[in-house]
Amino acid sequence: MAETEGLKLLLKEAAFFQDFDDATLNLIVPHVTARTFDAGQYILHDGDPADCFYLLRHGTVAIELAAPPRGRLVLQTLTEGDLLGWSWLVPPYRWSFDARAVSLVRCLALDARRLRTLSEQNHDFGYALLQRYVRVMAARLTAARLQMLDLYAPMPVSNF
Amino acid sequence: MSHQGKIAAVPAGDPMLPRLFRVETLRRELSDTVTLTLKAEDGGAFPFLPGQFNMLYGFGVGEVPISISGDPAAPDVLCHTIRAVGKVSSALAALKPGDSVGVRGPFGAPWPIQECYGSDVLILGGGVGLAPLRPAIHAVFAEREKFGNLVILYGARTPEDILFFKELKAWRSRFDVTCQVTVDRVTGAWNGRVGVVTQLIKGGGFDRPHTRALVCGPEVMMRFAIQALNEHGISDDRIYLSVERNMKCAVGFCGHCQFGAAFVCKDGPVFRFDRIRDAFRTREL
Repeated sequence: MAETEGLKLLLKEAAFFQDFDDATLNLIVPHVTARTFDAGQYILHDGDPADCFYLLRHGTVAIELAAPPRGRLVLQTLTEGDLLGWSWLVPPYRWSFDARAVSLVRCLALDARRLRTLSEQNHDFGYALLQRYVRVMAARLTAARLQMLDLYAPMPVSNF
Repeated sequence: MSHQGKIAAVPAGDPMLPRLFRVETLRRELSDTVTLTLKAEDGGAFPFLPGQFNMLYGFGVGEVPISISGDPAAPDVLCHTIRAVGKVSSALAALKPGDSVGVRGPFGAPWPIQECYGSDVLILGGGVGLAPLRPAIHAVFAEREKFGNLVILYGARTPEDILFFKELKAWRSRFDVTCQVTVDRVTGAWNGRVGVVTQLIKGGGFDRPHTRALVCGPEVMMRFAIQALNEHGISDDRIYLSVERNMKCAVGFCGHCQFGAAFVCKDGPVFRFDRIRDAFRTREL
């Protein structure tokens, strides 16, 4: 019971879960586990089943793609308060990238399979979860587009 | 009236007449960017306010507007960080110690340092946009007790493109500042943040209703920075931008830098965002 309350408090600390009511959080908490990853350890791998997602509480995670012969390409880093992983929402529910702990990472792992089932059974819950997750995905998409623009590249033509 | 609440520093003599300066030192910042320190041939000081710019004249080549990147508390040395992007800036970036350069200025409205007294200050820079912000950072440090939290967020293209690398490290090591750096693309060994600079805003470190944001970088970056700042509770009247346009005369005569009802050279380059919102959102203006 104490552990459940502790996890609920940790969830509430994150902006993503802050406006969930207690009843909704009570539905989520049984499917949450506290996890720790050492620096250098992989949290998830490209192609593996996306059966959970993570709320980062401490540390930095690099989202990477192995691109031989160029090696690992870091696309983005995530830190405290960020959610890691959204492939669990989209069939075939497999990760599209790798995620590596850059430093010691403390996080909460949320059982995606259970939450998908819960969303099917309770559409209000599913809508609330998706509504918030879409915001995260939209922000990531915007950020990715800005990165693609190469904003700081020298201007092709300049009067200066 | 400037944002400072007092008249901005203005050229001492005829604003159209260049004053002769000599290159004292040259520091290569990036592969295409240098910082020149200049001293007046007449030995006089060059007072300026953070955010102002000069027209630098490369003899036989031309004249371009360049922001002052030095410490306003050290007016004996004029500091300009120049990225070689065109004919004139390339000529200026190729100057050597002992070479001469013509200087007209200082021009324009500065960063609102005095208006920031009592507020948290969020400095948001991208690429070489950190150069016009550096005098503001110096100014805040010079009167540190008059401000709340100081947050410096900086984004660069790659780790090799981080401007003022040593200074950023020094700022990060201070106890009275939060300084975060991110890069868009990783090259080589880099254990820092990767992603666009606007994503650093959510890291906080500032009290939303009591924060003023000073922003400089590519215009697209600034557009998304404003959006992100608004989402984090900083209203348009607390956001200041340094806008870049094709300034020629620098005194509001020629109209090259007209920006809606304003001239960037004399009404800017620093604008409070709510005052230029419409012009800023007008395409091809």
